[in-house]
Amino acid sequence: MKNALAIAAREIRSYFVSPVAYVVLTGFLLLSGWFFFNLLARFTYLLQIYSGLQRGGGQELERLNLNEFVISPLLHNLSVVLVILIPVITMRSFAEEKRLGTFELLLTSPLRVGEIVAGKFLGALAFVTLMLALTGIYPILLVIYGNPEAGIMLSGYLGLFLVAASFLSIGLLTSSLTENQIIAAVSCLVALLLLYVINWPADTSTPTIGAVLHYLSVTEHFSEFVKGVIDTRALAYFLSVIAAALFLTHRSVESLRWR
Amino acid sequence: MIEVRNLTKRYGELTAIRDVSFSVARGEILGFLGPNGAGKTTTMRILTGYMPASAGTVTVDGFDVFENSFEVRRRIGYLPETPPLYTDMTVEGYLDFVARIKGVARMEIAGATERAMQTCGLLDVRHRLTGHLSKGYRQRVGLAQALIHDPPVLVLDEPTIGLDPRQIIEIRKLIRTLAGDRTVILSTHILPEVSQICEKVVILSSGRIALEERMDSLLKKGVSLEDVFLQAIAREEEHLEDGESTPEASAPAAEEAP
Repeated sequence: MKNALAIAAREIRSYFVSPVAYVVLTGFLLLSGWFFFNLLARFTYLLQIYSGLQRGGGQELERLNLNEFVISPLLHNLSVVLVILIPVITMRSFAEEKRLGTFELLLTSPLRVGEIVAGKFLGALAFVTLMLALTGIYPILLVIYGNPEAGIMLSGYLGLFLVAASFLSIGLLTSSLTENQIIAAVSCLVALLLLYVINWPADTSTPTIGAVLHYLSVTEHFSEFVKGVIDTRALAYFLSVIAAALFLTHRSVESLRWR
Repeated sequence: MIEVRNLTKRYGELTAIRDVSFSVARGEILGFLGPNGAGKTTTMRILTGYMPASAGTVTVDGFDVFENSFEVRRRIGYLPETPPLYTDMTVEGYLDFVARIKGVARMEIAGATERAMQTCGLLDVRHRLTGHLSKGYRQRVGLAQALIHDPPVLVLDEPTIGLDPRQIIEIRKLIRTLAGDRTVILSTHILPEVSQICEKVVILSSGRIALEERMDSLLKKGVSLEDVFLQAIAREEEHLEDGESTPEASAPAAEEAP
């Protein structure tokens, strides 16, 4: 554990001494600010229109709420941005070590491969948690000036966090398979996108395959969280994705010795 | 201290080293000689626990490198051919990290870092990024990294490669200071380096041991290292041309070369 933390600490430091962390953070915040501003603008616009209506406006007004019209699309948009940014965050993790030759240092130190993988994961997770936490300003603004339901927002953020953690573990896996950062990033991006849209043919295929595809979809499980439903099935899904990807990363790092 | 027995490593079709055996006594400095591609790095990587051998055993201080990998890794300081530096860290930050992963006790980390920097003459550059250092300094950081946990065994893979003559002299001096009562294995293809620093020499050629001899007994025989080296390699190459893998290939160089 102590060793894993030492590696995680080094990992975090290395994010912040390279420009990558700042570019990723700035990009993420810029985009999330843009999404939030536009969603909120649309919300107030609808609010004005509906309150101006004489008949039927009341019904529409009741349907308008911050959770559904601002937070939910915001979180969905952010999850798409994560698909693109997470590969950039994780591409270095193992690939860079192999290029620098520091991998040899790690493997000849009294470290377990599990500690190396855990350290890398924790380091990346800390960075992404910071990234997500910084967007927390928007829900806080809504709470101050409006009356959204805090519980639903929190569950949505938990979902986003789990999505990010799953994506990170997949990114670590692709990074452990190559020493070329571009290959690591691109293969991670492809894997994440595929996982994102894997349920598209679900409704037109056979029920069994359809069910499997539905189950594999990140989006569907994430939507549950965004709606405010913390389903153990969805929780199990994310935790098993993380566990499986980290396990494969462990195997892939271990196998490097045997080549 | 180090016992290497019948070590063989195959990378698929290619056999990098074949049936390599030698031993190093406690406190001895062993020069590991051989042309490029002879298998020096492979042997060192196996005995530092970086990768397993295809066959054969290595024990360090009585611990098997495969069975008791952790015990062995704690006892070895290893400088690979290119110093394994995180180029975005300062010298001090880097050594602090290495001390942590090498299992130096928390209370002793600062002291160990300080000592390593002092021994290797790094105090002036402690706040510089390792990526900004000159090659000579990088090599010193590599050495500092290898000895930060005060290991009884040092394995140095071509520590003077690519340095200018002044730096070579400095690093050699440093290695001699470091040696003390440590056991050192040092690979090189610079023959005078071995004559200057080492007490024992092992010559590796095409993956086989061509010679294992103490320096003083070479001196007694009155043969120069160059002659021995060239003979050993010539003999080894002849064996290869014959397509033979006779056990004589690894016999000591007592007999005259043809």
